[in-house]
Amino acid sequence: MARLGMAIDTRKCVGCMDCVVACKTENDVPEGFNRDWIRYEYQGEWPTLRLEIRSERCNHCDEPPCVSCCPTGASHVHPFGAVVLVDKDECIGCKACVASCPYDARFIHPDGYADKCTFCIHRVEQGLQPACVAVCPTRCMYFGDLDDAHSEVSRLLASRKHHSLLPGAGTEPRIFYLE
Amino acid sequence: MTTIGGLSRRRFLKIAGAGAGVAAVGGSVGELLWKAHGGRETERGLRQVPTFCDICFWKCGAIASVRDGVLWKIEGNPDDPLSRGRLCPRGTGGVGAHFDSDRLRAPLMRRSVRGQEQWTEVTWDEALGAVAGKMQKIKAEHGPEAIALFSHGIGGTFLKHTLKAFGTPNVTAPSFAQCRGPRDVGFNLTFGEEVGSPERTDIRNARCLVLIGSHLGENMHNTQVQEFAAAVGAGASIIVVDPRFSIAASKARFYLPIKPGTDIALLLAWMNTLVTEELYDKDYVQRFGFGFEAFAAEITPFTPEWAYPETGIEPEVIRETAREMARQRPATLVHPGRHATWYGDDAQRSRAIALLNALLGSWGRKGGFYAPVSMDVPAYPYPPYPKSTRGKADNPGKRYPFANETITTGIREATLTGKPYPIKGWFVYGSNLIHALPNEQETIRAIQNLDLLVVVDVIGSEIAGWADIVLPEATYLERYDEINVETFREPFVALRQPVVEPPADQKPNWWIARELAGKLGLEAYFPWKDIEEYLAHRLEGAGLSFEELKKKGILRGEKKPIYFEEGVEPTFPTPSGKIEFYSTQLREAGFDPVPKYRRPPQGPAGSFRLLFGRAPVHSFSRTQTNPILHEMMAENEVWVNVNVATRYGLKNGDLVRLKNQDGVVSNPVKVRATQAIRADCVYIVHGFGHTSKMLRRALGRGASDAGLVTRYEVDPLMGGTGMNVNFVTLEAGA
Repeated sequence: MARLGMAIDTRKCVGCMDCVVACKTENDVPEGFNRDWIRYEYQGEWPTLRLEIRSERCNHCDEPPCVSCCPTGASHVHPFGAVVLVDKDECIGCKACVASCPYDARFIHPDGYADKCTFCIHRVEQGLQPACVAVCPTRCMYFGDLDDAHSEVSRLLASRKHHSLLPGAGTEPRIFYLE
Repeated sequence: MTTIGGLSRRRFLKIAGAGAGVAAVGGSVGELLWKAHGGRETERGLRQVPTFCDICFWKCGAIASVRDGVLWKIEGNPDDPLSRGRLCPRGTGGVGAHFDSDRLRAPLMRRSVRGQEQWTEVTWDEALGAVAGKMQKIKAEHGPEAIALFSHGIGGTFLKHTLKAFGTPNVTAPSFAQCRGPRDVGFNLTFGEEVGSPERTDIRNARCLVLIGSHLGENMHNTQVQEFAAAVGAGASIIVVDPRFSIAASKARFYLPIKPGTDIALLLAWMNTLVTEELYDKDYVQRFGFGFEAFAAEITPFTPEWAYPETGIEPEVIRETAREMARQRPATLVHPGRHATWYGDDAQRSRAIALLNALLGSWGRKGGFYAPVSMDVPAYPYPPYPKSTRGKADNPGKRYPFANETITTGIREATLTGKPYPIKGWFVYGSNLIHALPNEQETIRAIQNLDLLVVVDVIGSEIAGWADIVLPEATYLERYDEINVETFREPFVALRQPVVEPPADQKPNWWIARELAGKLGLEAYFPWKDIEEYLAHRLEGAGLSFEELKKKGILRGEKKPIYFEEGVEPTFPTPSGKIEFYSTQLREAGFDPVPKYRRPPQGPAGSFRLLFGRAPVHSFSRTQTNPILHEMMAENEVWVNVNVATRYGLKNGDLVRLKNQDGVVSNPVKVRATQAIRADCVYIVHGFGHTSKMLRRALGRGASDAGLVTRYEVDPLMGGTGMNVNFVTLEAGA
């Protein structure tokens, strides 16, 4: 079984928000909410500065607290690629998952259910890339099977220095930022 | 994948009730439109239509998707050499332009004094009849030249045609005197050719890329940003010169935080280093250069030590970056930028950039500047335009001898002064002159002298607010346009075609131009019965199929050589036939034959130089009401050095007003207290601080740089308006 994840090259990313816009239109994300976002992290003092730009979203964790805390089973790990999903018909909108996510990746959709990045599973199942990956003008995002040593993602992670977000949180996130 | 263009174009129900604006809260835009349709079924399934984008002028090939009759999304066309299958965030958000509840919906006629924005909705017949009547009256009293057209982008093609057929040569666009004009003039004076658009910059193959104030990544010209990222990924040496630590600066190996306005000093010191240390491409300069000895003598005094106190860049950094450029030559690209109207000496600065490239041997070379190619698509055989005996009004007596396009601000001046002859009518297409031209009060005063101001646009911009008659245009997603015969790395043509119907009574520009021509008795200039016949005729002239282009969106020609090393013949159409290190024509016209540095005037004590630029999610002042792009960035912020902010007791998110040297005060704008800018300047993104009541979503959000640009320095070579010459103080509160 595949374990889908992403490697995002922070050297190439310019933070243009195309990934945010593409997700918005692809997934009809309602006004006022986003399933992905850009974070700009400056370090140092002028003029010796460093900037890391990160396209962030649900980390589709291997140990997802949003799944373990869900009282109805709506939050679940899908057999396809171990993608973390929400079954909106099962969801009662209790917000336990929203509170449990250390990445603040979830929100309550105006229709009353928890919503977040799906890795565009509807596209991936058809052999397409997630919308954010497919749109990126800098081609800084790589998506694939972390369990396949020959996948582009795995090869990049094997060869390039990288980090994930809140590695100490015990969530085992599957989005990695290439340095 | 669904097939592209497999379904024929269908007609859809128009939104019922032109007055019923689409609500702007809750639900996706598609759903909202669906509700506005009254939930009536129009079409089922997915339909995809290739076209090209118009959120900026780059013209990226795209594929729009329509789901159950409602516009859904738009993506890059993989066949398109410009987008290579990926649009920029503005293009991706382009569907919002169709759904924008602030769109103009019907022709409007002014019913009180100008600028009050009090309108009566009229029919197209009434509106165009009134326009034509006024035009004929102006023509009878002042001649056809008394009407000027300000245009922007490919959509202006047919209106230009109507106005030229009417008999005016006064057709202009801010893209020259407020944008890339100085750059193209500077390169023309040096190489005999312009940089063009899309720029002939071979960024993807550059081993060293020098960006001077050019903030790629924020400035989102799609192909350039794609190639920039590729160059970064491939480990190219990036050198960024900018008073602000831009996104591009964060990718740079060398960041040179230059004192604003001193770029020519840096350029001279770089060239001095290359010549003194004999690092330049001697063979190239010897073969193709004219006047190198005189040039070398002129720049001898301008050492890195000389440049240091001017620029604030340490001599060793200047030398090291010059050496890095030399190490990677000829694959070193000193980017010429695009918006180049900064200080009034911009054509000479651009010439210095051209000369630096010439020393590196990068013009015509891989990793430098390629020689662009295009397909031969003959023009439609129209009757010749009437010849004006009076010539253009923008540049009397060739006051700006190297202006090779019409100067917008020259037309404005003629409107103000009546000299060389009165201008009594303005047509404005797709360009918000209040934000595009410096000193809006001058623009507003000029408008008082007009008998007719017509604005054709998608949204009710500030200039539309001043109009007598406003004509609502269909967005690019709802219309055909002129074919894009692109000049690029490889030849291709692209088609813009309708994806969906306009939601109300908006019309395509070609229809507006043709109907108006009909009312002016100029039917002979529109022999085609509709746009499809026109497009098919042009394409047939090139041996291309309109039907095939409708299906594919893009038709590519055969690749041709684009570098000297691939066999392109090096030609330099300058007076000497060579690269002019020393310019005799400049000397003869009374200008510096080799660029010279002059220290820019500084602002009053305690003030900050106002700099402005771009954000990746907006185009000019034209996208702030697009619901999707608005959500990405609803207002701008003023970047203030964090130490300055602390001194003023300001922190992130505090509201300030900017007050310029002439007492103009901006809207309240949020402070971005940051390490990422020098302490002697502040920076805002262009296009915000809207005042038009028709732009409800954007009204009063953020500050307008344009409003603060009351002063400008005119480039004596070509009439460009340098706009980075204004200074502001930070004034308290909301």
